Amino acid sequence: MTEPMKKHAPTAEQDQRLEGAIAMLLRIGVICAAVLVSIGGVLVLRHPEAPVPNYRVFRAPGEPSAAISPHTSVRSIVAVFRHLPHGSGAGIIALGLLVLIATPIARVIFAIIGFARERDTLYTVISLVVLAILAVSLMHGR
Amino acid sequence: MTILTFTLAIFGTSILAGLLGALTGLGGGVVVVPVLALLFHVDLRYAIGASLVSVIATSSGAAAAYVREGFSNIRIGMFLEIATTLGALVGAYLTAMVSTKAIGIVFGIVLLYSAIASFRSNHEDVAPQHTGGLADRLRLKGEYPSESGLKAYVAQRVPAGFGIMFLAGGLSGLLGIGSGAVKVLAMDQAMRLPFKVSTTTSNFMIGVTAAASAGVYISRGYIVPSLAMPVMLGVLGGSLIGSRILIRARVSTLRMLFAVVIVALGVEMIYSSLTGKL
Repeated sequence: MTEPMKKHAPTAEQDQRLEGAIAMLLRIGVICAAVLVSIGGVLVLRHPEAPVPNYRVFRAPGEPSAAISPHTSVRSIVAVFRHLPHGSGAGIIALGLLVLIATPIARVIFAIIGFARERDTLYTVISLVVLAILAVSLMHGR
Repeated sequence: MTILTFTLAIFGTSILAGLLGALTGLGGGVVVVPVLALLFHVDLRYAIGASLVSVIATSSGAAAAYVREGFSNIRIGMFLEIATTLGALVGAYLTAMVSTKAIGIVFGIVLLYSAIASFRSNHEDVAPQHTGGLADRLRLKGEYPSESGLKAYVAQRVPAGFGIMFLAGGLSGLLGIGSGAVKVLAMDQAMRLPFKVSTTTSNFMIGVTAAASAGVYISRGYIVPSLAMPVMLGVLGGSLIGSRILIRARVSTLRMLFAVVIVALGVEMIYSSLTGKL
């Protein structure tokens, strides 16, 4: 790793290992999210006779800190975790959605670590910039 | 209609949308949004929120397979993600500022463009040319497995590609779609990357681009659990089935049929927006 030759030219083998790790990460993230959303979905549909909520009209979303319910908007990431101990179906769906959103973000973090280990400064910085932009978006939804 | 039948209907439709998205190569989001809006009369903002979530799922699910095959280029992808994530942030902000009517019209135009783009022939892969410019300094190059062994390529016209990627990100944030057609345009047409590298790297980038809109969408209240649930699971399932079919079958006739469906959706989207039915 510390040989000067590898400093600017990461080997194809190193790149392949990084790509393999990223592929694995993406798969695990999607499977976890799908399982959580499915479990939450079953819990929400325990009362199958309930009427269909009105999605025709966009309602002004409620307080960001409000409890997570099936038919109203998720307003904040913090609220999802705060209301998780209630174990509601909607809360578990919301958690699954957050895991899903976190998956590509984790991919960027993985890439940062991988590029840093390859001593690829340019791409470590490029990946950090992408992460910073993602962080700006998440700060909105926190 | 009870919540169970409604959820099942959305789930079934989303499977079809995911299937269609995979077989046309357009992605599930661009199909599922107009279907939710036109067929189920879901407000465009809820439809966009549910779609965005499904887009992240399909991109990440499919990327896992592509990365292993050695087609997608993580460096080119990461560099261009600066443009797409910035664009997505801008697009997501715009959703609250422009009317749903305007969003519907833009959506219709993107559908029509995508249908045409899905027919664009696979151009001859260019031999690597040294530009000596940005592409060299940023090492935007690679090799990909072809029938005649590993083939090298170098990105051309990097600023143009970067600019189109910003637009692709903006459309993704505004419409809750992956905007794969525009991403492929940037890489395949502007940067002259091999077609396979363009499509797989585009798919790879879609998840990160969509994640950049997600935080803004949450703060705006576009994401509702009971709607996002069947859409995400359906589109993901449909696109996984679609990509299996793609490996086995030649789909040129299917493509023709689906392009007609996409054009119809685009026209209907524009018409409904103009007449205020959306």
